[in-house]
Amino acid sequence: MNKFFLEVTSIASFTLQFFKEVLKPPYEFNELAKQAFMIGYKSFGLVAITGFIIGLVLTIQSRPTLAKFGAESLLAAMVAVSIVREIGPVITALIFAGKVGSGIGAELASMKVTEQIDAMQVSWTNPFKYLVVTRVVAATLMLPMLVLFSDVVGLLGAFVGVNLKGDVSSTLFFSYIFNSLEFKDLMPAVIKTFFFGFAIGLIGCYKGYYSDKGTEGVGKAANSAVVFASLTVFIIDMIAVQITSLLDY
Amino acid sequence: MADQMKIMVEDNKPVSPKTTEKSIVVEMMNLKKSFGEKKVLVDISLKIYKGENLVILGKSGTGKSVLIKCIVGLLEWDEGDLVLFGQNVSNLKRNELAELRKKIGFLFQSGALYDSMTVRENLEFPLRRQKTKIVKEEIDLRVKEALKNVGLLDAIDQMTSELSGGMRKRLGLARTLILKPEIMLYDEPTTGLDPITSREISELIIEVQKNYETTSIIITHDIECAKLTGNRIVVLKEGICYAEGSFEEMQNSTDKWVRSFFEY
Repeated sequence: MNKFFLEVTSIASFTLQFFKEVLKPPYEFNELAKQAFMIGYKSFGLVAITGFIIGLVLTIQSRPTLAKFGAESLLAAMVAVSIVREIGPVITALIFAGKVGSGIGAELASMKVTEQIDAMQVSWTNPFKYLVVTRVVAATLMLPMLVLFSDVVGLLGAFVGVNLKGDVSSTLFFSYIFNSLEFKDLMPAVIKTFFFGFAIGLIGCYKGYYSDKGTEGVGKAANSAVVFASLTVFIIDMIAVQITSLLDY
Repeated sequence: MADQMKIMVEDNKPVSPKTTEKSIVVEMMNLKKSFGEKKVLVDISLKIYKGENLVILGKSGTGKSVLIKCIVGLLEWDEGDLVLFGQNVSNLKRNELAELRKKIGFLFQSGALYDSMTVRENLEFPLRRQKTKIVKEEIDLRVKEALKNVGLLDAIDQMTSELSGGMRKRLGLARTLILKPEIMLYDEPTTGLDPITSREISELIIEVQKNYETTSIIITHDIECAKLTGNRIVVLKEGICYAEGSFEEMQNSTDKWVRSFFEY
C-alpha cells in the first residue's frame, strides 16, 4: 500500500514537472516535430488496419441481433454512433498505448541504462524538456488525429460489412450515418482522446525515465507502461462517460 | 586504427603540471555522499591542479564514479565543499553554476552515445545545444576536425550501433572535446577494451592533455592506463583518499593494500 502511494506521489510530481517545463522556454520544436512524425504518422497504418477490422466485425456481429428485433435498418446508425463515441477512441487509444507507450518506455529506459540521459545533461540539455515534454505533447496532439482517422476507416469497414449481406449504396449508407451522428457525439469523444494521449505519453515517459538499471529494467518499463497506460485509458473513459452523461451529451 | 590518428604520442608521457596554490582548478573539502544507509564518500579532500592528469584508483564501489559525477553535477553531495576554478559551487546561483560546468567534459564508461543518431549528429548535438548561434559551416568544420583527431573521419555518416567498442570510446571522447572543456573527467575510459585499443585510448588522453591543455581526472582499474596517463595517483578506500603519490611511489608503497593494486 505504501509503495502504491509512493508511486502515485511520484507520478503527480512528474506531472507537475511536465507542466512547469512545457511553458518554460526554450521550446524544442524540432524534436517535437520529429516525435509527432514518429508517434503519429508512423502509427497511421496500424490504426487503419484495426479501425477497418473493428468497423467490419462490429457490423457483422450486430446484424443478427438487430434483425431479431426487426431493426436492421438501424444497423448503420448504431455502428456509426458506437464507433465515433466509444469504440474508435478506446480501441485506438489501446493500440496507441501498446505501440507508442511501450516504445517510449523502452526507449527512455534504455537511454537511462546506457547513460544517454546523463550525457544530455552534461551537454547542456534539459533531458526532461527534450525527451519527456516533446513526447508527451506529441502523444497528446497526435492521438486525436489518429482517432478521427480510425473513425473514418472504421465507417468504411462498416460499409463493407453492411454490403456483405445486402446491397446498400455508399451514398445511402453515408447519408444514414451523417443523419444519425450529431455534433455532441463527436466532440466529447475527441476531447477525451486528448486526455488519453496525454496519459499514454506521460506514463510511457515516467516508466522509462524512472526505470530500474539494467536490461531487465528496460523490459519492465515497456511492460508496465502498456499495462498502466491501458488501465488509465479505461479510467479516463469511465470518468468522461460520467461527465458527458451528467452534461446530457 | 592507430595509423588513422592525426597525432601520435612521441614520448608517451603526460605533461607535468605546475602544482602551486594558484593553479588549483578543483578542490574538494570534506566531501560526503551517502545513498540511504550506505556511505559512499566518507570524507574526501582533494586538490587538482591545472594541466594535471589525476588518476583515481580503487576497488569497485569505493565511490570513484560518484566523485566525478558530483563534480560534473550529475549527483549532489550531502556535506562538504566543492570549489571549481576558485568558486565555491555551493554559493553559486543555478545559471552561474551551469556556466561554470560548461568548462567540464565527461567521458562516460559506456560512451553514452545517442544511438538514434549518426556519428555526425552525435557531435553536432552538444555544439548546437551550447552554441545556439553557431553557423552550419562552422559546425561541419568542427565536427570533421574532432573526428579527424580521434581517427574516425571515415565513420562520419555511420550509425553509432555500427561502431566497435574502441571506436565508441573515441567518438565519446570527440563529442566531449568538441566543446573544448578545461577539465576532462574520464569514467573508466579503457574498460572492456583489448590491450591495443586501451593503449590507443590512453595515448589519446595524453594527446588531449597536451593539445587542449586540459586538466583531467581519470577513474580507472587499468594499471597500464594509470601508468601511461597519470601525473599523480590517488587511491580511494572505503570512501576516503587512502594514498596519494606518483605511480612509482604507489607501486613501491610500504602499505601492502596499496601495493596490491600494482602487483599484476
